[in-house]
Amino acid sequence: MSALLPMRASGVCVHRRGKRLIGPVDLVLDGQGITALIGPNGAGKSTLLKALHGLERLSAGRIDWACPQHEAQQMQAFVFQTPVMLRRSVLDNLMYPLRLARTPRAAARAAAAQWCARIGLEGMEGRLATVLSGGERQKLALARALITSPKLLFLDEPSASLDGSATREIEAILTLATGAGTRIVMATHDMGQARRLAREVVFLRRGEVHEAAPAATFFDAPATRAAAAFLAGDIVD
Amino acid sequence: MNDLLDGLTQAAWLVISLNPDLYEIAARSLRVTLAALVIACAIALPLSALLAVQRFRFRRATIAVLNALMGLPPVVVGLVVYVFLSRSGPLGVLGLLFTPTAMVIAQVIIIVPLIASIAHQSLRELWAEYHDLLISMNAGRAQRIATLLWDGRRALLTAALAGFGRGVGEVGAIMVVGGNIDHATRVMTTAIALETGKGNFALALGLGFVLIALSVMVNLAIHWLSRTETGGRW
Amino acid sequence: MRKLTLAMAVALTGAAASAEEMKMAVTTSFHNSGLAEVLLPEIKKDTNIDVQLLVVGTGQAIKLGEAGDVDAVLVHAKAAEEQFVADGHGTHRREIMYNDFVIIGPKEDPAGITDAATAGDAFAAIAEAEAPFISRGDDSGTHKKELGLWSAAGFGAGAQGDWYKAVGAGMGAALNTAAGIDGYIMSDRASWLNFGNKGNLELLFSGDPLLFNQYAYLPVDPAKGDHIKSDLAEELEAWLTSARAKELIDGYTINGEQLFTFNAEMTDMSKAAE
Repeated sequence: MSALLPMRASGVCVHRRGKRLIGPVDLVLDGQGITALIGPNGAGKSTLLKALHGLERLSAGRIDWACPQHEAQQMQAFVFQTPVMLRRSVLDNLMYPLRLARTPRAAARAAAAQWCARIGLEGMEGRLATVLSGGERQKLALARALITSPKLLFLDEPSASLDGSATREIEAILTLATGAGTRIVMATHDMGQARRLAREVVFLRRGEVHEAAPAATFFDAPATRAAAAFLAGDIVD
Repeated sequence: MNDLLDGLTQAAWLVISLNPDLYEIAARSLRVTLAALVIACAIALPLSALLAVQRFRFRRATIAVLNALMGLPPVVVGLVVYVFLSRSGPLGVLGLLFTPTAMVIAQVIIIVPLIASIAHQSLRELWAEYHDLLISMNAGRAQRIATLLWDGRRALLTAALAGFGRGVGEVGAIMVVGGNIDHATRVMTTAIALETGKGNFALALGLGFVLIALSVMVNLAIHWLSRTETGGRW
Repeated sequence: MRKLTLAMAVALTGAAASAEEMKMAVTTSFHNSGLAEVLLPEIKKDTNIDVQLLVVGTGQAIKLGEAGDVDAVLVHAKAAEEQFVADGHGTHRREIMYNDFVIIGPKEDPAGITDAATAGDAFAAIAEAEAPFISRGDDSGTHKKELGLWSAAGFGAGAQGDWYKAVGAGMGAALNTAAGIDGYIMSDRASWLNFGNKGNLELLFSGDPLLFNQYAYLPVDPAKGDHIKSDLAEELEAWLTSARAKELIDGYTINGEQLFTFNAEMTDMSKAAE
């Protein structure tokens, strides 16, 4: 497979019903590890993630990958803020992306069973995914996204409304995934999580990239007043 | 009121005495409607999924037409099918008029819009839920349709049962294209119409009760089958 | 000898297994009489023809014949039948039998038709009393007959007024309506005798020769296509005009009343058999 990164977003804008949601955004994504996308509510974090993934129609600008668009699409995965559970068993949910890619059934089943164990859902393979708890759903969605070994994974608030132990499990999976070579872009509200995981930080404000910096630099000495205020816990809009 | 009681008694007696005519027409009713149902589902279910996942120029118009056709008066369908199948009509050479096949054709036309409409309602909601995920996973059009049909199977079953109900209880169209010929095209509903015409209300009601029982049994059987398959969890 | 019997039995059962089917459109009133249930098994037995009946109104029966969707028609509306033959849809018209119409009404007989001298007088009495009258109103043979009687009674093309209710339905449904509103209605005798929901209704008038109802058999013109089974239709006609048919038709009774009178012109051969 050819290389996916670097990705270059230039002048990306998304409008809906005449209202600007994000943009213009210029962003380069390269290297390894986790990028944390932070910012106040309504800054456009979710929209930017979806736009980069190709789920939003761009009203302006372009996104370029190191490979052709259709190949790029196949090397990415996305975990939504509210994970979408297919109305099937846990195992069938995990097998689904593999079966879409025409992996033979037996191989898909074996991989799914392995992931099931890895995320602590062994024994629940036959259970219907829609009756799982919030934490279990989030883990299942994450495993389903990672099962195809994507080169780039987008996460939208992966541990919103989860308790401590579930958050810890999710973060452990993410750390493993980056170790295996998956680049991650993650929107999060949780500054502690951003500090724990992120290699770089993109601070989004009013639909635009207000500041982007390596995590250590950003958290120690934010360059902009708004970022500093945000980190200090002030209300920023 | 007396007629109702008589009807119940007649129904019970017909069933208990293993009345051969009753079993013959009940079996024919089931055969015709189930055949129509299978064909109608094969057309309506993929169509409803396609309407849910695919944006095309005449999509809204197609949905509007389907919804309108749901209220199609069966007797009009019967007449149109009659005109086509009549020996003097365009398909007359097939010699299908006054055969069970003609009845199946009429019923398919009547229940396809119904099944497609109901199925589309629920698949549209399912698609709204799945849309981002399936796009994100690069599912192709056929894969999207297959996913919706499989994951929406419970709702589709309801749509199919609605189609069965409408088909098995239908009389206007199959009377016209079937002709209610004894031992050839007589089914439960046309037999009921015939007995009503003769003023034999009790027998007509008796047949009606048997028809209702038949319909309930098919519904229960299908629900039971689907429950064993899904473990009854949703 | 035994061998021969066996061979014949085999031949017979073999033939019975491959009975030939033909379709005949008949009127509701004929079917409601119950005569069909007597005749059809005998026809099958004697000729090995499985006659499939399409029970419809006269208007529709004629239409089915015109379209070539049936092989023969058995109805009772002389003018329409002659038109059918004249237009080349049928080869000829053969009279088979007649029954009669009767006038039914509420027991109390508010219009007083029981004592009427003729059917026309009875209709006139109903119109004068403006008593509710149910008309088939479906262009059937019975309906046409009724319209003819109204004009004979001096009421032109059917009677007018709220009391005259054209229901546009078959004989049974029309009788149901009459029973429901205690109205007068003209019915063929057979439908009336077999009717199961008489309620407050009673036979009030009958016997006028004007009320006789001639049934005729119309084989559909084989020129309409190869699918027309004219040979079977011919065979059926021969049977319907045979001594065997005469015996069964004249002998058919309900509650001891004879319903039909056989009046077909028989061939010499069947006469001889008689």
